[in-house]
Amino acid sequence: MGQLSLNQRAALLSVLMLIVGLLLWEAAIPAQKAVEELTEYERLTGAGEAKAGVPPPSQVLAKAWEQLSDPFYDAGPNDKGIGIQIGYSIYRVLTGYLLAALVAIPFGFLIGMSQVACKAFNPFIQVLRPISPLAWMPLALFIIGDSEASAIFVIFICSIWPMLINTAFGVAGVREDWVNVARTHELGAIKTAFTVILPAAAPTIVTGMRISIGIAWLVIVAAEMLVGGTGIGYYVWNEWNNLDLTSVIFSILMIGVVGMLLDSAFGLLQRRVTYAE
Amino acid sequence: MKPYLSIEKLTQRFPDGAGGELTVFEDASFGVEKGEFVVILGHSGCGKSTIMNILAGLAEPTSGVVVMDGQAVRGPSLDRGVVFQNYSLLPWLTTLKNVTFGVAARYPDWSKAKVIDHATEFLAMVGLEGDVIHRKPSQLSGGMRQRVSIARAFANHPKLLLLDEPFGALDALTRGTIQDELLKIWGQMEQTVFMITHDIDEAILLADRILLMTNGPQARVAESVEITIPRPRNRTEIVEHPNYYAIRNHLVQFLGKRSKELAGQPTIAGETNRPETVRIDKTEPQDDPEDTQPALVAVNS
Ligand SMILES: Nc1ncnc2c1ncn2[C@@H]1O[C@H](COP(=O)(O)OP(=O)(O)OP(=O)(O)O)[C@@H](O)[C@H]1O
Ligand SMILES: [Mg+2]
Repeated sequence: MGQLSLNQRAALLSVLMLIVGLLLWEAAIPAQKAVEELTEYERLTGAGEAKAGVPPPSQVLAKAWEQLSDPFYDAGPNDKGIGIQIGYSIYRVLTGYLLAALVAIPFGFLIGMSQVACKAFNPFIQVLRPISPLAWMPLALFIIGDSEASAIFVIFICSIWPMLINTAFGVAGVREDWVNVARTHELGAIKTAFTVILPAAAPTIVTGMRISIGIAWLVIVAAEMLVGGTGIGYYVWNEWNNLDLTSVIFSILMIGVVGMLLDSAFGLLQRRVTYAE
Repeated sequence: MKPYLSIEKLTQRFPDGAGGELTVFEDASFGVEKGEFVVILGHSGCGKSTIMNILAGLAEPTSGVVVMDGQAVRGPSLDRGVVFQNYSLLPWLTTLKNVTFGVAARYPDWSKAKVIDHATEFLAMVGLEGDVIHRKPSQLSGGMRQRVSIARAFANHPKLLLLDEPFGALDALTRGTIQDELLKIWGQMEQTVFMITHDIDEAILLADRILLMTNGPQARVAESVEITIPRPRNRTEIVEHPNYYAIRNHLVQFLGKRSKELAGQPTIAGETNRPETVRIDKTEPQDDPEDTQPALVAVNS
Protein backbone atom coordinates (compact mmCIF):
# COMPACT_ATOMS: atom_id res chain seq x y z
CA MET A 1 0.00 0.00 0.00
CA GLY A 2 3.08 2.18 0.31
CA GLN A 3 2.90 3.37 -3.31
CA LEU A 4 -0.68 4.62 -3.11
CA SER A 5 -1.29 8.32 -2.69
CA LEU A 6 -3.39 9.71 0.14
CA ASN A 7 -6.38 10.18 -2.15
CA GLN A 8 -6.10 6.69 -3.57
CA ARG A 9 -6.00 5.18 -0.10
CA ALA A 10 -9.01 7.25 0.96
CA ALA A 11 -10.94 6.18 -2.16
CA LEU A 12 -10.12 2.55 -1.53
CA LEU A 13 -11.34 2.85 2.04
CA SER A 14 -14.56 4.54 0.87
CA VAL A 15 -15.31 1.70 -1.53
CA LEU A 16 -14.55 -0.84 1.18
CA MET A 17 -16.91 0.87 3.62
CA LEU A 18 -19.62 1.01 0.97
CA ILE A 19 -19.33 -2.70 0.27
CA VAL A 20 -19.31 -3.65 3.95
CA GLY A 21 -22.29 -1.35 4.59
CA LEU A 22 -24.29 -2.82 1.72
CA LEU A 23 -23.48 -6.36 2.79
CA LEU A 24 -24.57 -5.68 6.37
CA TRP A 25 -27.77 -4.12 5.10
CA GLU A 26 -28.42 -7.04 2.77
CA ALA A 27 -27.79 -9.54 5.58
CA ALA A 28 -30.01 -7.66 8.03
CA ILE A 29 -33.12 -8.04 5.86
CA PRO A 30 -34.70 -11.43 6.44
CA ALA A 31 -35.34 -13.27 3.22
CA GLN A 32 -38.90 -12.75 2.07
CA LYS A 33 -41.13 -15.71 2.08
CA ALA A 34 -43.12 -16.05 -1.09
CA VAL A 35 -46.83 -15.51 -0.50
CA GLU A 36 -47.58 -19.18 -1.17
CA GLU A 37 -45.26 -20.19 1.66
CA LEU A 38 -47.15 -18.22 4.30
CA THR A 39 -49.29 -20.07 6.69
CA GLU A 40 -52.98 -19.30 6.90
CA TYR A 41 -52.37 -17.61 10.25
CA GLU A 42 -49.61 -15.40 8.91
CA ARG A 43 -51.77 -14.36 5.99
CA LEU A 44 -54.59 -13.41 8.33
CA THR A 45 -52.43 -11.32 10.66
CA GLY A 46 -50.83 -9.58 7.70
CA ALA A 47 -47.29 -10.53 8.74
CA GLY A 48 -46.22 -10.75 5.11
CA GLU A 49 -47.24 -7.20 4.27
CA ALA A 50 -45.71 -5.45 7.24
CA LYS A 51 -42.34 -6.99 6.56
CA ALA A 52 -42.60 -6.02 2.93
CA GLY A 53 -41.27 -2.60 4.11
CA VAL A 54 -37.50 -2.24 3.97
CA PRO A 55 -35.96 -3.69 0.84
CA PRO A 56 -32.43 -5.04 0.62
CA PRO A 57 -29.83 -3.01 -1.33
CA SER A 58 -29.88 -5.46 -4.19
CA GLN A 59 -33.47 -4.48 -4.88
CA VAL A 60 -32.63 -0.79 -4.64
CA LEU A 61 -29.79 -1.27 -7.10
CA ALA A 62 -32.05 -3.10 -9.47
CA LYS A 63 -34.57 -0.27 -9.16
CA ALA A 64 -31.84 2.29 -9.78
CA TRP A 65 -30.77 0.42 -12.89
CA GLU A 66 -34.29 0.24 -14.15
CA GLN A 67 -35.02 3.91 -13.45
CA LEU A 68 -31.74 5.31 -14.68
CA SER A 69 -31.81 3.38 -17.92
CA ASP A 70 -34.98 5.25 -18.86
CA PRO A 71 -35.11 8.36 -16.69
CA PHE A 72 -37.37 10.47 -18.88
CA TYR A 73 -40.37 8.28 -19.58
CA ASP A 74 -43.77 9.83 -19.07
CA ALA A 75 -46.71 7.53 -18.52
CA GLY A 76 -49.29 9.89 -17.08
CA PRO A 77 -49.48 12.17 -14.01
CA ASN A 78 -48.52 9.54 -11.45
CA ASP A 79 -45.90 7.71 -13.43
CA LYS A 80 -43.01 9.78 -14.68
CA GLY A 81 -39.31 8.95 -14.90
CA ILE A 82 -36.94 10.02 -12.13
CA GLY A 83 -35.17 12.36 -14.57
CA ILE A 84 -38.38 14.27 -15.24
CA GLN A 85 -39.17 14.55 -11.53
CA ILE A 86 -35.71 15.80 -10.68
CA GLY A 87 -35.88 18.15 -13.66
CA TYR A 88 -39.03 19.74 -12.24
CA SER A 89 -37.41 20.18 -8.85
CA ILE A 90 -34.24 21.69 -10.27
CA TYR A 91 -36.28 24.02 -12.43
CA ARG A 92 -38.20 25.28 -9.36
CA VAL A 93 -35.09 25.56 -7.24
CA LEU A 94 -33.16 27.47 -9.87
CA THR A 95 -36.02 29.82 -10.68
CA GLY A 96 -36.69 30.71 -7.06
CA TYR A 97 -32.97 30.83 -6.33
CA LEU A 98 -32.10 33.11 -9.25
CA LEU A 99 -34.92 35.48 -8.40
CA ALA A 100 -33.62 35.56 -4.82
CA ALA A 101 -30.07 36.24 -6.04
CA LEU A 102 -31.32 39.06 -8.26
CA VAL A 103 -32.92 40.69 -5.24
CA ALA A 104 -30.50 39.72 -2.47
CA ILE A 105 -27.14 40.56 -4.05
CA PRO A 106 -27.87 44.13 -5.24
CA PHE A 107 -29.89 44.82 -2.14
CA GLY A 108 -27.24 43.33 0.15
CA PHE A 109 -24.70 45.49 -1.64
CA LEU A 110 -26.63 48.66 -0.81
CA ILE A 111 -27.16 47.62 2.77
CA GLY A 112 -23.49 46.76 3.14
CA MET A 113 -22.43 50.16 1.80
CA SER A 114 -24.47 52.13 4.30
CA GLN A 115 -24.26 51.68 8.04
CA VAL A 116 -27.63 53.37 8.48
CA ALA A 117 -29.34 51.04 6.02
CA CYS A 118 -27.61 48.10 7.69
CA LYS A 119 -28.96 49.03 11.10
CA ALA A 120 -32.38 49.99 9.75
CA PHE A 121 -32.98 46.70 7.92
CA ASN A 122 -31.42 44.49 10.54
CA PRO A 123 -34.51 43.99 12.76
CA PHE A 124 -36.65 42.98 9.77
CA ILE A 125 -34.06 40.56 8.53
CA GLN A 126 -33.62 39.08 11.99
CA VAL A 127 -37.36 38.46 12.35
CA LEU A 128 -37.99 37.16 8.83
CA ARG A 129 -34.94 34.94 8.59
CA PRO A 130 -35.77 32.30 11.22
CA ILE A 131 -39.26 31.67 9.78
CA SER A 132 -39.44 28.19 8.34
CA PRO A 133 -39.95 28.68 4.62
CA LEU A 134 -42.86 26.23 4.66
CA ALA A 135 -44.71 28.50 7.06
CA TRP A 136 -45.10 30.87 4.13
CA MET A 137 -46.83 28.21 2.08
CA PRO A 138 -50.47 28.85 3.12
CA LEU A 139 -50.04 32.58 2.64
CA ALA A 140 -48.36 32.03 -0.70
CA LEU A 141 -51.07 29.65 -1.85
CA PHE A 142 -53.73 32.12 -0.82
CA ILE A 143 -52.15 35.19 -2.36
CA ILE A 144 -50.52 33.69 -5.43
CA GLY A 145 -53.11 30.98 -5.94
CA ASP A 146 -50.97 28.87 -8.23
CA SER A 147 -49.23 25.96 -6.47
CA GLU A 148 -46.31 25.94 -8.88
CA ALA A 149 -45.60 29.63 -8.29
CA SER A 150 -46.07 29.14 -4.54
CA ALA A 151 -43.37 26.46 -4.48
CA ILE A 152 -41.05 28.82 -6.33
CA PHE A 153 -41.91 31.58 -3.89
CA VAL A 154 -41.00 29.34 -0.96
CA ILE A 155 -37.64 28.64 -2.56
CA PHE A 156 -37.20 32.35 -3.17
CA ILE A 157 -37.92 33.24 0.44
CA CYS A 158 -35.65 30.59 1.91
CA SER A 159 -32.65 31.30 -0.30
CA ILE A 160 -32.78 35.07 -0.01
CA TRP A 161 -31.49 35.40 3.57
CA PRO A 162 -28.05 33.80 3.47
CA MET A 163 -27.27 35.65 0.24
CA LEU A 164 -28.56 38.94 1.58
CA ILE A 165 -26.74 38.70 4.88
CA ASN A 166 -23.49 37.45 3.40
CA THR A 167 -23.47 40.09 0.68
CA ALA A 168 -24.10 42.87 3.17
CA PHE A 169 -21.49 41.44 5.53
CA GLY A 170 -18.92 40.96 2.76
CA VAL A 171 -19.42 44.44 1.36
CA ALA A 172 -19.32 46.10 4.76
CA GLY A 173 -16.08 44.25 5.57
CA VAL A 174 -14.12 45.31 2.49
CA ARG A 175 -10.80 46.68 3.67
CA GLU A 176 -10.71 50.46 3.91
CA ASP A 177 -7.31 50.43 2.16
CA TRP A 178 -8.74 48.90 -0.99
CA VAL A 179 -11.53 51.42 -1.08
CA ASN A 180 -8.90 54.13 -0.63
CA VAL A 181 -7.01 52.73 -3.61
CA ALA A 182 -10.19 53.15 -5.65
CA ARG A 183 -10.66 56.65 -4.29
CA THR A 184 -7.13 57.80 -5.07
CA HIS A 185 -7.61 56.49 -8.60
CA GLU A 186 -10.79 58.54 -8.94
CA LEU A 187 -12.97 55.56 -9.74
CA GLY A 188 -16.65 56.41 -9.76
CA ALA A 189 -19.18 54.67 -7.51
CA ILE A 190 -20.21 52.10 -10.13
CA LYS A 191 -16.64 51.37 -11.16
CA THR A 192 -15.56 51.02 -7.53
CA ALA A 193 -18.45 48.66 -6.87
CA PHE A 194 -17.54 46.37 -9.75
CA THR A 195 -13.75 46.50 -9.79
CA VAL A 196 -12.96 46.69 -6.08
CA ILE A 197 -15.86 45.93 -3.76
CA LEU A 198 -17.40 43.07 -5.72
CA PRO A 199 -14.17 41.07 -6.14
CA ALA A 200 -13.17 41.85 -2.56
CA ALA A 201 -16.50 40.65 -1.19
CA ALA A 202 -16.94 37.83 -3.71
CA PRO A 203 -15.72 34.99 -1.46
CA THR A 204 -18.23 35.94 1.24
CA ILE A 205 -21.02 36.45 -1.29
CA VAL A 206 -20.40 33.09 -2.94
CA THR A 207 -20.34 31.41 0.45
CA GLY A 208 -23.82 32.86 1.01
CA MET A 209 -24.91 31.61 -2.40
CA ARG A 210 -23.62 28.16 -1.58
CA ILE A 211 -25.50 28.05 1.72
CA SER A 212 -28.63 29.26 -0.07
CA ILE A 213 -28.58 26.62 -2.77
CA GLY A 214 -28.16 23.97 -0.08
CA ILE A 215 -31.15 25.25 1.86
CA ALA A 216 -33.22 25.60 -1.34
CA TRP A 217 -32.58 21.97 -2.20
CA LEU A 218 -33.56 20.90 1.31
CA VAL A 219 -36.75 22.92 1.17
CA ILE A 220 -37.92 21.92 -2.31
CA VAL A 221 -38.47 18.32 -1.23
CA ALA A 222 -40.75 19.38 1.60
CA ALA A 223 -42.49 21.99 -0.54
CA GLU A 224 -43.26 19.49 -3.27
CA MET A 225 -44.62 17.02 -0.73
CA LEU A 226 -47.09 19.74 0.19
CA VAL A 227 -48.09 21.07 -3.22
CA GLY A 228 -47.91 17.76 -5.07
CA GLY A 229 -48.13 17.16 -8.78
CA THR A 230 -44.54 16.83 -9.88
CA GLY A 231 -40.99 16.98 -8.56
CA ILE A 232 -38.76 14.71 -6.56
CA GLY A 233 -40.47 15.59 -3.28
CA TYR A 234 -43.84 14.62 -4.66
CA TYR A 235 -42.29 11.47 -6.11
CA VAL A 236 -40.99 10.37 -2.69
CA TRP A 237 -44.36 10.97 -1.09
CA ASN A 238 -46.22 9.26 -3.90
CA GLU A 239 -44.03 6.15 -3.70
CA TRP A 240 -44.57 6.09 0.04
CA ASN A 241 -48.31 6.10 -0.58
CA ASN A 242 -47.77 3.23 -3.00
CA LEU A 243 -45.73 1.54 -0.25
CA ASP A 244 -42.91 1.19 -2.75
CA LEU A 245 -40.02 1.62 -0.34
CA THR A 246 -37.49 0.59 -2.93
CA SER A 247 -38.38 3.67 -4.95
CA VAL A 248 -38.40 5.80 -1.81
CA ILE A 249 -34.87 4.75 -0.91
CA PHE A 250 -33.73 5.16 -4.48
CA SER A 251 -35.13 8.68 -4.69
CA ILE A 252 -33.63 9.62 -1.32
CA LEU A 253 -30.25 8.68 -2.75
CA MET A 254 -30.95 10.72 -5.87
CA ILE A 255 -31.82 13.75 -3.74
CA GLY A 256 -28.45 13.39 -2.05
CA VAL A 257 -26.58 13.06 -5.33
CA VAL A 258 -28.22 16.10 -6.92
CA GLY A 259 -27.65 18.13 -3.74
CA MET A 260 -24.00 17.19 -3.81
CA LEU A 261 -23.68 18.20 -7.46
CA LEU A 262 -25.30 21.57 -6.82
CA ASP A 263 -23.01 22.16 -3.87
CA SER A 264 -19.86 21.21 -5.72
CA ALA A 265 -20.79 23.54 -8.59
CA PHE A 266 -20.76 26.37 -6.09
CA GLY A 267 -17.62 24.95 -4.55
CA LEU A 268 -15.92 25.40 -7.92
CA LEU A 269 -17.19 28.95 -8.19
CA GLN A 270 -15.97 29.62 -4.67
CA ARG A 271 -12.51 28.40 -5.50
CA ARG A 272 -12.42 30.72 -8.49
CA VAL A 273 -13.24 33.88 -6.56
CA THR A 274 -11.22 33.18 -3.43
CA TYR A 275 -7.99 35.10 -3.11
CA ALA A 276 -5.12 34.90 -0.67
CA GLU A 277 -4.13 38.10 1.06
CA MET B 1 5.18 83.55 -4.45
CA LYS B 2 3.47 80.54 -2.94
CA PRO B 3 5.19 77.18 -3.00
CA TYR B 4 3.88 74.45 -5.32
CA LEU B 5 2.20 72.65 -2.48
CA SER B 6 1.14 74.83 0.38
CA ILE B 7 -0.26 73.63 3.68
CA GLU B 8 -1.92 76.47 5.53
CA LYS B 9 -2.98 76.47 9.16
CA LEU B 10 -3.95 72.83 9.17
CA THR B 11 -5.64 71.70 12.37
CA GLN B 12 -6.94 68.26 13.16
CA ARG B 13 -8.99 67.36 16.21
CA PHE B 14 -10.58 64.03 17.02
CA PRO B 15 -13.02 63.16 19.76
CA ASP B 16 -10.83 61.65 22.48
CA GLY B 17 -13.37 59.03 23.47
CA ALA B 18 -14.00 60.59 26.88
CA GLY B 19 -16.28 63.34 25.66
CA GLY B 20 -13.47 65.78 25.07
CA GLU B 21 -11.32 66.62 22.10
CA LEU B 22 -7.86 65.55 21.12
CA THR B 23 -5.89 68.06 19.11
CA VAL B 24 -3.47 66.07 17.01
CA PHE B 25 -1.83 69.13 15.51
CA GLU B 26 -2.75 72.76 15.28
CA ASP B 27 -2.06 75.45 12.69
CA ALA B 28 0.55 73.39 10.88
CA SER B 29 1.86 75.37 7.92
CA PHE B 30 4.60 74.48 5.47
CA GLY B 31 5.30 74.33 1.77
CA VAL B 32 6.82 71.92 -0.73
CA GLU B 33 8.40 73.06 -3.98
CA LYS B 34 7.89 71.44 -7.33
CA GLY B 35 10.26 68.51 -7.86
CA GLU B 36 11.29 68.57 -4.23
CA PHE B 37 11.72 65.45 -2.10
CA VAL B 38 10.45 66.23 1.38
CA VAL B 39 10.54 63.78 4.24
CA ILE B 40 8.64 64.20 7.48
CA LEU B 41 10.11 62.72 10.64
CA GLY B 42 8.45 62.44 14.01
CA HIS B 43 7.58 60.09 16.80
CA SER B 44 4.81 57.60 16.53
CA GLY B 45 1.39 59.12 17.02
CA CYS B 46 2.37 62.71 16.31
CA GLY B 47 0.04 62.89 13.32
CA LYS B 48 2.18 62.17 10.26
CA SER B 49 -0.29 59.77 8.70
CA THR B 50 -3.09 62.16 9.49
CA ILE B 51 -1.31 64.92 7.56
CA MET B 52 -0.67 62.56 4.68
CA ASN B 53 -4.30 61.46 4.49
CA ILE B 54 -5.33 65.08 4.34
CA LEU B 55 -2.81 65.76 1.56
CA ALA B 56 -4.14 62.73 -0.30
CA GLY B 57 -7.67 64.04 0.12
CA LEU B 58 -8.73 60.88 1.93
CA ALA B 59 -9.48 62.79 5.13
CA GLU B 60 -10.84 66.22 5.90
CA PRO B 61 -8.96 68.49 8.31
CA THR B 62 -10.87 70.18 11.12
CA SER B 63 -9.69 73.46 9.69
CA GLY B 64 -7.07 74.82 7.34
CA VAL B 65 -6.43 74.29 3.66
CA VAL B 66 -4.06 72.45 1.37
CA VAL B 67 -3.36 74.23 -1.90
CA MET B 68 -1.60 72.46 -4.73
CA ASP B 69 -0.67 74.23 -7.94
CA GLY B 70 -3.05 77.06 -7.07
CA GLN B 71 -6.01 74.81 -6.33
CA ALA B 72 -7.43 73.80 -2.97
CA VAL B 73 -7.32 70.06 -2.39
CA ARG B 74 -10.80 68.59 -2.13
CA GLY B 75 -11.11 64.84 -2.12
CA PRO B 76 -8.69 62.32 -3.61
CA SER B 77 -7.32 62.80 -7.08
CA LEU B 78 -5.13 61.03 -9.62
CA ASP B 79 -2.82 64.04 -9.33
CA ARG B 80 -1.84 62.83 -5.89
CA GLY B 81 -0.53 59.27 -5.95
CA VAL B 82 -0.30 57.39 -2.68
CA VAL B 83 1.93 54.50 -1.66
CA PHE B 84 0.30 53.12 1.45
CA GLN B 85 2.26 51.68 4.34
CA ASN B 86 0.73 48.22 3.85
CA TYR B 87 1.15 48.30 0.05
CA SER B 88 -2.63 48.12 -0.53
CA LEU B 89 -2.37 45.95 -3.59
CA LEU B 90 -5.58 44.31 -4.72
CA PRO B 91 -4.95 40.65 -3.86
CA TRP B 92 -7.27 39.20 -6.50
CA LEU B 93 -5.36 40.86 -9.34
CA THR B 94 -1.98 39.82 -10.69
CA THR B 95 1.01 42.08 -10.21
CA LEU B 96 0.70 43.41 -13.75
CA LYS B 97 -3.03 44.01 -13.41
CA ASN B 98 -2.50 45.88 -10.18
CA VAL B 99 -0.45 48.38 -12.16
CA THR B 100 -2.60 48.44 -15.31
CA PHE B 101 -5.58 49.06 -13.02
CA GLY B 102 -4.03 52.39 -12.07
CA VAL B 103 -2.73 53.24 -15.54
CA ALA B 104 -6.12 52.57 -17.13
CA ALA B 105 -7.74 54.85 -14.57
CA ARG B 106 -5.24 57.59 -15.30
CA TYR B 107 -5.27 57.29 -19.09
CA PRO B 108 -8.76 56.05 -19.97
CA ASP B 109 -8.28 56.61 -23.71
CA TRP B 110 -5.11 54.53 -24.04
CA SER B 111 -5.35 51.23 -25.88
CA LYS B 112 -5.08 48.04 -23.84
CA ALA B 113 -1.70 47.22 -25.36
CA LYS B 114 -0.34 50.64 -24.53
CA VAL B 115 -1.54 50.36 -20.94
CA ILE B 116 0.17 46.99 -20.59
CA ASP B 117 3.41 48.26 -22.17
CA HIS B 118 3.49 51.25 -19.88
CA ALA B 119 2.82 49.14 -16.78
CA THR B 120 5.43 46.57 -17.80
CA GLU B 121 7.97 49.33 -18.28
CA PHE B 122 7.45 50.71 -14.78
CA LEU B 123 7.53 47.25 -13.24
CA ALA B 124 10.84 46.66 -14.98
CA MET B 125 12.07 49.95 -13.51
CA VAL B 126 11.63 48.56 -10.01
CA GLY B 127 13.22 45.29 -11.03
CA LEU B 128 10.15 43.16 -11.63
CA GLU B 129 10.29 41.38 -14.95
CA GLY B 130 9.29 38.10 -16.54
CA ASP B 131 7.01 35.57 -14.88
CA VAL B 132 6.83 37.48 -11.63
CA ILE B 133 4.47 40.06 -13.02
CA HIS B 134 1.81 37.43 -13.65
CA ARG B 135 1.79 36.30 -10.03
CA LYS B 136 -0.67 37.39 -7.41
CA PRO B 137 0.60 39.69 -4.61
CA SER B 138 0.24 36.85 -2.09
CA GLN B 139 2.93 34.99 -4.03
CA LEU B 140 5.40 37.87 -3.78
CA SER B 141 7.77 38.79 -0.98
CA GLY B 142 7.13 41.92 1.09
CA GLY B 143 9.83 43.82 -0.79
CA MET B 144 8.42 42.83 -4.16
CA ARG B 145 4.93 43.91 -3.11
CA GLN B 146 6.22 47.29 -2.07
CA ARG B 147 7.93 47.65 -5.44
CA VAL B 148 4.66 46.91 -7.22
CA SER B 149 3.02 49.56 -5.12
CA ILE B 150 5.75 52.06 -6.02
CA ALA B 151 5.54 51.13 -9.70
CA ARG B 152 1.78 51.65 -9.61
CA ALA B 153 2.20 55.11 -8.12
CA PHE B 154 5.02 56.24 -10.44
CA ALA B 155 3.37 54.83 -13.58
CA ASN B 156 0.55 57.30 -13.06
CA HIS B 157 2.81 60.36 -13.18
CA PRO B 158 1.06 62.07 -10.28
CA LYS B 159 1.92 65.70 -9.64
CA LEU B 160 2.58 64.78 -6.03
CA LEU B 161 3.64 61.41 -4.74
CA LEU B 162 2.77 60.60 -1.13
CA LEU B 163 4.62 57.79 0.61
CA ASP B 164 3.54 56.67 4.08
CA GLU B 165 6.42 54.75 5.63
CA PRO B 166 6.82 52.80 2.43
CA PHE B 167 9.69 50.68 3.72
CA GLY B 168 8.54 50.28 7.29
CA ALA B 169 7.86 46.56 7.02
CA LEU B 170 11.01 45.62 5.11
CA ASP B 171 14.32 44.22 6.28
CA ALA B 172 17.38 46.45 6.04
CA LEU B 173 18.81 44.83 2.89
CA THR B 174 15.61 44.98 0.87
CA ARG B 175 14.99 48.45 2.17
CA GLY B 176 18.36 49.56 0.80
CA THR B 177 17.69 48.13 -2.65
CA ILE B 178 14.28 49.73 -2.92
CA GLN B 179 15.56 53.07 -1.64
CA ASP B 180 18.12 53.00 -4.44
CA GLU B 181 15.39 52.20 -6.95
CA LEU B 182 13.22 54.98 -5.62
CA LEU B 183 16.11 57.45 -5.92
CA LYS B 184 16.82 56.29 -9.45
CA ILE B 185 13.24 56.73 -10.63
CA TRP B 186 12.89 60.02 -8.82
CA GLY B 187 16.09 61.24 -10.49
CA GLN B 188 14.64 60.43 -13.90
CA MET B 189 11.23 61.93 -13.33
CA GLU B 190 11.58 65.11 -11.30
CA GLN B 191 8.66 63.98 -9.22
CA THR B 192 7.49 65.98 -6.22
CA VAL B 193 7.57 63.57 -3.28
CA PHE B 194 6.29 63.82 0.26
CA MET B 195 7.33 60.91 2.41
CA ILE B 196 6.90 59.72 5.99
CA THR B 197 9.56 57.69 7.70
CA HIS B 198 10.89 56.68 11.11
CA ASP B 199 14.37 56.06 9.81
CA ILE B 200 16.83 58.96 10.09
CA ASP B 201 19.41 57.53 7.68
CA GLU B 202 16.75 56.85 5.11
CA ALA B 203 15.54 60.41 5.46
CA ILE B 204 19.02 61.87 4.92
CA LEU B 205 19.67 59.63 1.93
CA LEU B 206 16.47 60.55 0.15
CA ALA B 207 15.41 64.02 1.15
CA ASP B 208 16.07 67.52 -0.07
CA ARG B 209 14.50 68.73 3.12
CA ILE B 210 13.38 67.07 6.33
CA LEU B 211 10.41 68.37 8.31
CA LEU B 212 10.61 67.62 12.01
CA MET B 213 7.48 67.20 14.07
CA THR B 214 7.26 67.56 17.83
CA ASN B 215 5.50 64.91 19.86
CA GLY B 216 1.73 64.88 20.02
CA PRO B 217 -0.81 65.80 21.07
CA GLN B 218 -0.79 69.36 19.77
CA ALA B 219 2.15 68.51 17.61
CA ARG B 220 3.86 71.12 15.47
CA VAL B 221 6.05 71.02 12.42
CA ALA B 222 8.90 72.69 14.26
CA GLU B 223 11.88 72.62 11.91
CA SER B 224 12.71 72.26 8.29
CA VAL B 225 16.23 70.88 7.90
CA GLU B 226 17.94 71.23 4.54
CA ILE B 227 20.04 68.29 3.47
CA THR B 228 23.17 69.93 2.20
CA ILE B 229 24.62 66.84 0.60
CA PRO B 230 24.94 66.94 -3.19
CA ARG B 231 23.20 64.42 -5.44
CA PRO B 232 23.48 61.84 -6.78
CA ARG B 233 23.79 60.27 -3.37
CA ASN B 234 24.96 56.84 -2.58
CA ARG B 235 24.45 55.17 0.76
CA THR B 236 28.09 54.26 1.22
CA GLU B 237 29.49 57.60 0.13
CA ILE B 238 27.22 60.05 1.89
CA VAL B 239 28.43 58.97 5.31
CA GLU B 240 31.84 60.38 4.38
CA HIS B 241 30.44 63.76 3.50
CA PRO B 242 31.37 66.31 6.18
CA ASN B 243 27.74 67.38 6.59
CA TYR B 244 26.40 63.89 7.13
CA TYR B 245 27.08 63.46 10.82
CA ALA B 246 26.37 67.08 11.60
CA ILE B 247 22.93 66.74 10.11
CA ARG B 248 22.40 63.33 11.61
CA ASN B 249 23.35 64.55 15.07
CA HIS B 250 20.98 67.43 14.75
CA LEU B 251 18.13 65.09 13.83
CA VAL B 252 18.94 62.63 16.60
CA GLN B 253 19.09 65.50 19.06
CA PHE B 254 15.73 66.74 17.95
CA LEU B 255 13.97 63.40 18.05
CA GLY B 256 15.67 62.36 21.27
CA LYS B 257 15.22 65.53 23.28
CA ARG B 258 13.76 68.60 21.72
CA SER B 259 10.70 66.92 20.21
CA LYS B 260 9.63 66.27 23.80
CA GLU B 261 10.56 69.69 25.14
CA LEU B 262 8.74 71.47 22.36
CA ALA B 263 5.70 69.23 22.63
CA GLY B 264 2.31 70.59 23.53
CA GLN B 265 3.28 74.25 23.33
CA PRO B 266 0.21 76.09 22.23
CA THR B 267 0.71 78.18 19.15
CA ILE B 268 0.81 81.92 19.53
CA ALA B 269 -2.16 83.62 17.95
CA GLY B 270 -1.23 85.69 14.93
CA GLU B 271 2.07 83.89 14.38
CA THR B 272 2.60 82.25 11.01
CA ASN B 273 3.72 79.16 12.85
CA ARG B 274 5.95 78.05 10.00
CA PRO B 275 8.82 75.68 10.71
CA GLU B 276 12.18 77.19 11.38
CA THR B 277 14.57 76.59 8.48
CA VAL B 278 17.79 74.93 9.58
CA ARG B 279 20.77 74.82 7.26
CA ILE B 280 23.81 72.89 8.36
CA ASP B 281 26.74 73.17 5.98
CA LYS B 282 30.32 72.57 7.08
CA THR B 283 31.67 72.90 3.57
CA GLU B 284 30.78 76.60 3.48
CA PRO B 285 33.47 78.98 4.68
CA GLN B 286 32.63 79.94 8.24
CA ASP B 287 32.91 83.33 9.90
CA ASP B 288 34.30 81.86 13.08
CA PRO B 289 36.79 79.06 12.42
CA GLU B 290 36.96 78.36 16.17
CA ASP B 291 33.34 77.31 16.17
CA THR B 292 33.20 73.57 16.32
CA GLN B 293 29.45 73.51 16.41
CA PRO B 294 27.73 72.88 13.10
CA ALA B 295 26.86 76.10 11.38
CA LEU B 296 23.30 76.77 12.36
CA VAL B 297 21.57 79.30 10.26
CA ALA B 298 18.08 79.83 11.52
CA VAL B 299 15.76 81.90 9.46
CA ASN B 300 12.08 82.34 9.95
CA SER B 301 10.58 81.93 6.53
N1 LIG C 1 -9.91 58.56 13.21
C1 LIG C 1 -9.31 58.90 14.35
N2 LIG C 1 -10.04 59.09 15.48
C2 LIG C 1 -9.46 59.44 16.64
N3 LIG C 1 -8.14 59.63 16.79
C3 LIG C 1 -7.35 59.44 15.72
C4 LIG C 1 -7.88 59.05 14.45
N4 LIG C 1 -6.86 58.95 13.57
C5 LIG C 1 -5.74 59.23 14.25
N5 LIG C 1 -6.02 59.54 15.55
C6 LIG C 1 -5.06 59.94 16.57
O1 LIG C 1 -4.24 60.92 16.01
C7 LIG C 1 -2.91 60.75 16.43
C8 LIG C 1 -2.00 60.74 15.24
O2 LIG C 1 -2.21 59.58 14.48
P1 LIG C 1 -1.36 59.27 13.18
O3 LIG C 1 -1.82 57.98 12.65
O4 LIG C 1 -1.41 60.43 12.28
O5 LIG C 1 0.10 59.12 13.80
P2 LIG C 1 1.48 58.86 13.05
O6 LIG C 1 2.32 60.04 13.29
O7 LIG C 1 1.25 58.48 11.66
O8 LIG C 1 2.05 57.65 13.87
P3 LIG C 1 2.89 56.40 13.35
O9 LIG C 1 4.26 56.90 13.13
O10 LIG C 1 2.81 55.45 14.48
O11 LIG C 1 2.23 55.91 12.11
C9 LIG C 1 -2.88 59.50 17.29
O12 LIG C 1 -2.83 59.89 18.62
C10 LIG C 1 -4.14 58.81 16.97
O13 LIG C 1 -4.62 58.15 18.11
MG1 LIG D 1 1.40 56.56 10.52
